[in-house]
Amino acid sequence: MAADTAAGAAKTAPAAPRSRKSVTGTRRTVAALFLLPALVLLGALVVYPIGYSVIRSFYDQSGDSFAGFDNYRALFTDDGIRTALKNNIIWVVFAPTVATALGLIFAVLTERVRWGTAFKLVVFMPMAISMLAAGIIFRLVYDQDPDKGVANAVWVGVHDTFAQSSAFPKAHPGRESPLEPAGGGAFVTKGTVSAGDTVTLPLVGVAPDAMPQDAEPAAAPEPQDDRITGSTWQDFTRGKGVGALNQVDSAELGYAGMRIEAVKDGEVVETATAAADGTFSFSSKADGAQLRLPASNFKEPYNGLDWLGPSLVTPAVIGSYIWMWAGFAMVLIAAGLAGMPRELLEAARVDGANEWQVFRRVTVPLLAPVLAVVTVTLMINVLKVFDLVFIIAPGSSQDDANVLALELYRKGFSEDQPGVASAIAVFLLLLVIPVMWFNVRRLRREVRR
Amino acid sequence: MRRTSRIIRIRRSPEHGPTPPTRRSVRAAAALAAGVLAVSLTACGGDDGGGGGGGDDKGKASGDTGTTVTLPKLDGQTLEVAAVWTGAEQKNFKQVLAEFEKRTGAKVTFVPAQDPIINFLGSKIAGGAPPDVAMLPQPGAIKQAVEKNWAKPLGPEATKELAKNYSQGWQDIGKVDGKQYGVYYKAANKSLIWYNAQVFENAGASEPTTWDELLNTAQMVYDSGVTPFSVGGADGWTLTDWFENIYLSQAGPEKYDQLAKHEIKWTDPSVKEALTTLAQVWGKKDYVAGGPNGALQTEFPASVTQTFTGGDQPKAGMVYEGDFVQVNIGETKAKVGTDAKVFPFPAVGGTPPVVSGGDAAVILEDSEAAQALVTFLASPDAASIQAKLGGYLSPNKNVPQSAYPNEVQQKMAKALIDAGDDFRFDMSDQAPQAFGGTPGKGEWKALQDFLKNPADIAGTQAKLEADAAAAYGN
Repeated sequence: MAADTAAGAAKTAPAAPRSRKSVTGTRRTVAALFLLPALVLLGALVVYPIGYSVIRSFYDQSGDSFAGFDNYRALFTDDGIRTALKNNIIWVVFAPTVATALGLIFAVLTERVRWGTAFKLVVFMPMAISMLAAGIIFRLVYDQDPDKGVANAVWVGVHDTFAQSSAFPKAHPGRESPLEPAGGGAFVTKGTVSAGDTVTLPLVGVAPDAMPQDAEPAAAPEPQDDRITGSTWQDFTRGKGVGALNQVDSAELGYAGMRIEAVKDGEVVETATAAADGTFSFSSKADGAQLRLPASNFKEPYNGLDWLGPSLVTPAVIGSYIWMWAGFAMVLIAAGLAGMPRELLEAARVDGANEWQVFRRVTVPLLAPVLAVVTVTLMINVLKVFDLVFIIAPGSSQDDANVLALELYRKGFSEDQPGVASAIAVFLLLLVIPVMWFNVRRLRREVRR
Repeated sequence: MRRTSRIIRIRRSPEHGPTPPTRRSVRAAAALAAGVLAVSLTACGGDDGGGGGGGDDKGKASGDTGTTVTLPKLDGQTLEVAAVWTGAEQKNFKQVLAEFEKRTGAKVTFVPAQDPIINFLGSKIAGGAPPDVAMLPQPGAIKQAVEKNWAKPLGPEATKELAKNYSQGWQDIGKVDGKQYGVYYKAANKSLIWYNAQVFENAGASEPTTWDELLNTAQMVYDSGVTPFSVGGADGWTLTDWFENIYLSQAGPEKYDQLAKHEIKWTDPSVKEALTTLAQVWGKKDYVAGGPNGALQTEFPASVTQTFTGGDQPKAGMVYEGDFVQVNIGETKAKVGTDAKVFPFPAVGGTPPVVSGGDAAVILEDSEAAQALVTFLASPDAASIQAKLGGYLSPNKNVPQSAYPNEVQQKMAKALIDAGDDFRFDMSDQAPQAFGGTPGKGEWKALQDFLKNPADIAGTQAKLEADAAAAYGN
């Protein structure tokens, strides 16, 4: 550029040959002078580090001896790096496409609503937050505890409308209990019962707050000639442990609503439900049966999905990424939409196309260049994703959520393997180059137009 | 008008890359960023687990400490001391330095350093201005400093003072190749189990002293309707500390040292035994808050706070970790000593374990003043001043119990001193970082997998051994 102008200036001033030379010379120097800071900075901050990383990737851990392609071999043999590679592929395939698709949907729909701009502003807002902050937010969103994590709160809420949890989730037999586990979470008496017997079915482990509202102090069973009577209660006195073991103490509460089954030869012959004071009774039909507390009494409350566990962590983090970047896609696509010739849409509608056909056959093909740019930009962005994964994935599943950029950091700074880390860096650069080349070519074409 | 501006944007946006900056979005960004910053700040406040004073240390150090050490007159001399301590811890240490200034007339400046301090010192030394004395956190760091010729050996006064006040074990870990370099001024006790006093009272449970009693106590807590243990499994280091305590008590200090140096393999029967013991807690249904999956997503600060919030029904009754737990308890309404109490990690084998950490004073620039300061730090005078201020434990056996401000501190200090020479430094801190200190790798990951599946003892051992062999390079 500078040379061009200099040459042009020289042509227009042929009258002063001596000064021409000096002018050209000065201009060259000036140009060089102006370029120098940029060149030095680029060289020192971009070219040199890349060059050094490439060289470093061929040396061993200490950096003293040449290691050939060993570090690159590690890229494809190390388990951690292979998981990272696999996750990166998942990221590159899903994150940009989903973000672009959502952006397209938002853009097309917001064009038609009155408060479109306000809506766009809201969707775009996450872009204004740093990745780190977004990571912290989503760490909370995905919290396992439904009282803290929004994701699980919603999930548990939906689940619990369809399936009720039980009243005594953690109840279990205490010491020297007449009950034993019967498999599947149920408990059964060790012996059989016969008419006229009184049965005690003490359990422990229900938190006082979790006891049913209507529970009353437990009552010892009254014997009746032709019936089997019993009591089931929380054999635990606050501050005193079990009190009198397997016997009803005054401060102990009955298990109101506990279901009891009488089982004979594997078949349920009668069922009963405990009263507020924990007492229940069976008719003589249950003579010779074992009493069972079915597992439905002890079903654990549903605790939601394990969002940040090994299997869901990558999709969960991708979800947070889409939350951030769908707005970016939407804004670019909306801009593209605004610049689209309306006549074509009108023409299609006049020709009798329905809205879906207009969208599918006219809007999307016309937007294709914009969609491609958005997707490619996001792909470059996704390849270097680090902060979200680093922050959202808890230490225990960081291995499963690993991506190349994170593995680079871990290898380089916490495992002291600069050689392998450099190899990962070079590999990442190679991955980005074709995408960048595509983008640059596209840009050039755009500029020419 | 509106239309044109949109068209302009479309032209520019592809060239602009990731952020098409519009005024509006920028302004919204600023507002949001401010809000988010606040959120992230509060979120970060929690994980500063490195120590710091407890909430109970407002007493001023007065001049009533007796003088047990004679120091030279150093009027006009200046000293620099570097340490990573911040907040209350730094403030308290400065009072100790002030006492030194008063007695000698020297001027001491505190230089705040960053972790890892050995890298910080490296840049200071390269710059030609090392601090005179530095506080190094691990035996490995002292060794490194000696190998690089940074550290200078202690003079006769300091060595004498050290021998008078420290047990042989605490002297030895400050030695490299038989020469005394470090004075362990501050110690951490990582063999403590903190419990919610209300939960224990409700359950009628008492403080256990043996592993079987601990299991019994846990059962009582469980029977009362509270989950016995809170485990911060998202941070691997809490899990390695669990293992280390059990291993030290069960297999004994000799085996512990061998395993720390990887002289015996992780497939050793003693490791199997320790993991089996560990599984008695981790593997029992409903013994760990949130179950294995919940524990694996609980970070250390949350593992503490969930034990001491929730009134009668906290998420768990007990939480294991070192004396620094009191910092996190400080974030809850619970008061250390009344609501939150502590007992030493129970004996699994013959004697209860004492796993510890600590900071050693090392001289980098030899001078009369530096030697005098280290001598002072080795004396009970210095330790007593900081002990009174709380949040601090000294390995100095001549610091009187009464110097500590409350019962909890006294108990922790007593356990530390009573261990004599049987205390051991944190094993994972001694291991190469790839094995003992990297999230999602090595020992951290192996024990996290073990927490998830406590039945797989052999598989855990095999994985530990494979990772250890790779990290130690043998």
